Amino acid sequence: MLIRKPDDIKPSEITPERDYVNRRAFLKLAGGVGAIAAGSALAPRMLQSAIVSSGGPPEDKLNTWDQITSYNNYYEFGTEKSDPKDNAQQLRTSPWSIEVGGLCKKPGHYGYEDLFKPANHVDRVYRLRCVEAWSMVIPWNGYVLADILKRFEPDPRAKYVKFTTLYDPQQMPGQRRAVLQWPYVEGLRMDEAMHPLTLLVTGLYGKPLPNQDGAPVRLVVPWKYGFKGIKAIVKIEFVEQPPLTAWMQAAPDEYGFYANVNPQVDHPRWTQSVERRIGEFRRRPTLMFNGYGDQVASLYTGMDLRKYF
Amino acid sequence: MVFAACLLPAADLGWRALHPDGLGVNPIEEAEIFTGLWTLRFLAITLAVTPARRLLHLGFLARYRRMFGLFTFFYAFVHLSMWAGVDWFFAWGLMGGEIVKHKYILVGMASFALLVPLAFTSTNGWVRRLGGNRWARLHRLVYLIAIGGTVHYLWAVKKDTLFPYVYLTVFVVLLAYRLVARWGPRRAAPAQAAPRVANAALQHSE
Repeated sequence: MLIRKPDDIKPSEITPERDYVNRRAFLKLAGGVGAIAAGSALAPRMLQSAIVSSGGPPEDKLNTWDQITSYNNYYEFGTEKSDPKDNAQQLRTSPWSIEVGGLCKKPGHYGYEDLFKPANHVDRVYRLRCVEAWSMVIPWNGYVLADILKRFEPDPRAKYVKFTTLYDPQQMPGQRRAVLQWPYVEGLRMDEAMHPLTLLVTGLYGKPLPNQDGAPVRLVVPWKYGFKGIKAIVKIEFVEQPPLTAWMQAAPDEYGFYANVNPQVDHPRWTQSVERRIGEFRRRPTLMFNGYGDQVASLYTGMDLRKYF
Repeated sequence: MVFAACLLPAADLGWRALHPDGLGVNPIEEAEIFTGLWTLRFLAITLAVTPARRLLHLGFLARYRRMFGLFTFFYAFVHLSMWAGVDWFFAWGLMGGEIVKHKYILVGMASFALLVPLAFTSTNGWVRRLGGNRWARLHRLVYLIAIGGTVHYLWAVKKDTLFPYVYLTVFVVLLAYRLVARWGPRRAAPAQAAPRVANAALQHSE
């Protein structure tokens, strides 16, 4: 598997990332983005259509803080896009610990500081593609999952990693309705979990991750649909069998375990070949593996991605 | 005045569309949902006129039934235009594919298609041209449209089917009322019902 640098995303694809990694330039960029956002608020939205529809691959502009923190799917707090922002503020995200278990040598309860203080902090700008066919470009701050998982010394028998969200209907009013089976469960195959692109995210735009985006720690797997990005993680287990995830349980004919972004495999009820980038007027074509194919396609060679959707 | 009230949702949508972030972060989706819901609401309002008239003795509502029906068509038309024009930007090939492959679009499109003749024949002239019986029979399609529209909604939502089922319940109740009214014990024989429906449309229209 030839991966030279984990965040070697093509410059032509993610224009602002180089700027962002440089922190001083980031502050300027944030100011610039703010200014652009303020400026475009004065112009009718319609004018933006000119930018996207001109030939060539569309640019990936960073989405704004407002966009990323006010439009969320987080059913633990309600099923409307505005519910998580409205209802998640009551969630206590500190103190926080993650229970590590299953087939590994170092199980136990790990506090937030113990997990992340010694770890190598990274800043990554990733596309996020929701299964509902909208997407954003998000500047995450966090840690490579592989670096964290290695410390628990997983057993070779462990083929999958299972993640579980907090279950607390008092703090998470959406859990009082069985819209999904609670607590939310997600999982990755071991090689997906150990991939350099996979992150445990704790921040956004250089600030602590807001509650509605999955605070205090969430998973980000940029080549898969957003629902794989489990939020408010309280448990990580190393297991032999692929875990039954919340969405597979909810609608097994619509949501699979792998959930790789794939424009050739439609959702049973809507198309996956195009998406709406939040902030853009026209739809844009969806990219295989959300554009991360050259870094992840090798994980799936020989696999029927229609069958293992 | 009632006309102005019916326009309020459209005014709200227009106002929010012109203001930055008025429709939120995904304005096209928001506008589609908004116009879709108001189509269903006006459908329910239209179908509720006769039961309201008979059960609550709100006779004056009858005058507005045609207006409510046409507003249903109006919001449905805006909803469809948003989808075809703004969302898919008249990409006919892609849209055709969507209609054929994805049943929620198909049932939505079919429901709209059925609405068209109803809107077209809503005038007094058409009531007379068709005659009471035929007009009433044509306009009974509204029940199919209501069910179709609700199923379109149900099949479009990702997981939270609560509100689609609420709308479905409302339409089932409204339909049940009509069935009981027609074939219930103390009501007029079916043969007389159709002309009455048409006459009501003629007399109470403006």
